[in-house]
Amino acid sequence: MPTIVVEVMPKAELLDPAGKAVAGALHRLGHEGIADVRIGKRFELHVDVADAAMLETARQLAADMLSNGVIEDVVSVHVAEEAVR
Amino acid sequence: MRIGVVTFPGSLDDRDAQRAVRLAGAEPVALWHGTHDLQGVDAIVLPGGFSYGDYLRCGAIAARSPIMAEVIDAANSGMPVLGICNGFQILVEAHLLPGGLIRNDHGDFIRRDQRLRVESTDSAWTNGFTVGQEITIPLKNGEGGFIADEETLDRLEGEGLVAFRYLDVNPNGSLRDIAGLRNERGNVVGLMPHPEHAVEPGFGPNTPAAMRSGVDGLTFFTSVIKQSVLS
Repeated sequence: MPTIVVEVMPKAELLDPAGKAVAGALHRLGHEGIADVRIGKRFELHVDVADAAMLETARQLAADMLSNGVIEDVVSVHVAEEAVR
Repeated sequence: MRIGVVTFPGSLDDRDAQRAVRLAGAEPVALWHGTHDLQGVDAIVLPGGFSYGDYLRCGAIAARSPIMAEVIDAANSGMPVLGICNGFQILVEAHLLPGGLIRNDHGDFIRRDQRLRVESTDSAWTNGFTVGQEITIPLKNGEGGFIADEETLDRLEGEGLVAFRYLDVNPNGSLRDIAGLRNERGNVVGLMPHPEHAVEPGFGPNTPAAMRSGVDGLTFFTSVIKQSVLS
């Protein structure tokens, strides 16, 4: 089934406590070269047909419901190259 | 006066809110998220809890549940609506109040009896307080950090829409210590702390007078009753 992928990230200027906790753990494990971690969301919408209209619907949903523009940015809405398993 | 309390999947404090309504002298009416029926109530409380397990974002799915279409219409027509904790998050997700609520800056869930300063009494739910009054009601949240862009924050301050501010400590990283907001019309109020847990002597926060004697939360509910009698 065709899949539309929507990726959402917390806004860059906002503190991401979950990402900060992971970064802290990585530093404790000795990965000093990893400066920072931010955690976002990936939605996979399994659709009947991944045409332009459905992609536009996905973009609308990404902006209206799947993200909250006050705290998050939609960074990508695209059709997956292959079925994601 | 009949005050509806909406129960969503994952609501925790709906019964406490109903009890607070009763103790204040109004009739609580249980409303169900999956209906479009407000049962003719005069005001609405969106209670605390973890609706839909906080999936997607806190309050995001509840804000799009069937009854919220009617709640939003009623709020836009001037009906008093109070959002407590998760209810505040639902109001923000429903765009009835501005800004957003994110995970506490320290990353931990927090529970404490929280001192607040009343910043605005021009609302259905705060008219029984005095501006500058200091109250104590319980706070308990994991995602209570209020944020908005600078322009919005300046507008909220300029228009007197900040209803409550945290005193002593900022428990969750909320910008400008904002604990609660009202809308321009004053019928919609949202806050992270829980007034419904400070309504009956013996069950509220400690006060200098006696243990668990704090009832500062009762004024939210008596305010809306008083307004309905006057209007």
